[in-house]
Amino acid sequence: MSKVPIHFTLNGSEMSEFVEGGATLLSALRDKIGDLSPKGGCHQGTCGACSVIIDGELRLSCLTLAETCNGVDIKTTSGLAKNGVLHPLQRAFADAFATQCGFCTPGMMMASKVLLDHNPNPTREEVVEAISGNICRCTGYEPIIQAVLIAVRANTVNVA
Amino acid sequence: MSLTLQTFSTVGEASAALKAAGARYLGGGTFVVRDANEGDLSFSTVVRTTDPSLSAIAVSRSEVRIGASATMAAVARHRDLGFLAKVANAIGAPAIRNMATVGGNLFAGSPYGDFTVALLALDARVSVADAGTPGVELPLGVFLAERDSFHAGKIATAVTFEMPEKDEFRFLKVSRVKPRGVAVVSIAAVLKEDRNVISSARIAFGCMADRPVRAKAVEAALAGRQRTKEGIEPALAAALEGMSPITDAIASAWYRAEVLPVHLGRLLLA
Repeated sequence: MSKVPIHFTLNGSEMSEFVEGGATLLSALRDKIGDLSPKGGCHQGTCGACSVIIDGELRLSCLTLAETCNGVDIKTTSGLAKNGVLHPLQRAFADAFATQCGFCTPGMMMASKVLLDHNPNPTREEVVEAISGNICRCTGYEPIIQAVLIAVRANTVNVA
Repeated sequence: MSLTLQTFSTVGEASAALKAAGARYLGGGTFVVRDANEGDLSFSTVVRTTDPSLSAIAVSRSEVRIGASATMAAVARHRDLGFLAKVANAIGAPAIRNMATVGGNLFAGSPYGDFTVALLALDARVSVADAGTPGVELPLGVFLAERDSFHAGKIATAVTFEMPEKDEFRFLKVSRVKPRGVAVVSIAAVLKEDRNVISSARIAFGCMADRPVRAKAVEAALAGRQRTKEGIEPALAAALEGMSPITDAIASAWYRAEVLPVHLGRLLLA
């Protein structure tokens, strides 16, 4: 089976790898590079568990071919914490009990981060809209919404 | 499954490559990569083009032209397309809107294709490129009727429509899941009025067939009528004429048929 080279920046580090033709970015990140933070949920673009940030925009890695990502900048939840210190969003998710089984959490983090990157002071409605493509079957969403709003109030989310 | 990705800098080269057996065009990936993930073996090569003209949005006082690769997010944030922002923002959630393209929406089957519903009401035309032949422009209705029998190699490159006058365009997407969900029904309308009398109407429905459709009977029943509860009664009575609502996990055909006139009435009287 033919392999194709891919090269991009992942959480600030240059990455080069060979993947099978037609491999999704999700597959490349998890199976080749070993970044297990994006999750494979539906593989249809419905659940948002695979969400990553590509060149500043929220994307679904399960519907993105890895080969189309050459030269781009990719951010995943595994790159949020710095030097062992949690990102304010991660701290808020923990404090607000916004994580139960944890499967949706990395996608929720990415959707929330891209929101706060563009809009440091969102309303509750804007938070709801931002995570509207991310399905959580545990929390009922309210703790997640509260966690994002806590991170907003902490007013430290832009340091990352 | 192994897929071969071919990337070309021009539409012509991509169109030529699409004539090979087992080739499929890749836009934003929300349909094609999903199909690949689900094990669709009908294609082994995906072809894309990075031609920047396909992502262009050009708005003049009288005409709008949107390249097929323009994303829903790009349409939603375009300063001159405020009337379409509601439609573009009704497509999926933020990540999908960053990926899904206007061209891809033209090929969506119900219950998807809300943007195409709006384009139908706007009487859009679709530019189609085909390597080795002059490009053609088709009325969207014709395009939708013929899209499944398109021979390999054709690429929808843009949609064009007349800029509606202020407040002429109306759109409603009814979903059960909030804030974003698949449509129970979507309705778009372009109403021209003269002293509260409808002089002409273009109405399009989503989920009332396997793809977006014009509601010709409704349009005929609205012409010359006042936009009042009594005035639109004949149009509501004709809402289901020629329609064949879909059944899916969101709603049955029966339910969609029951609620269509209700939502049509709300949109017309809003």
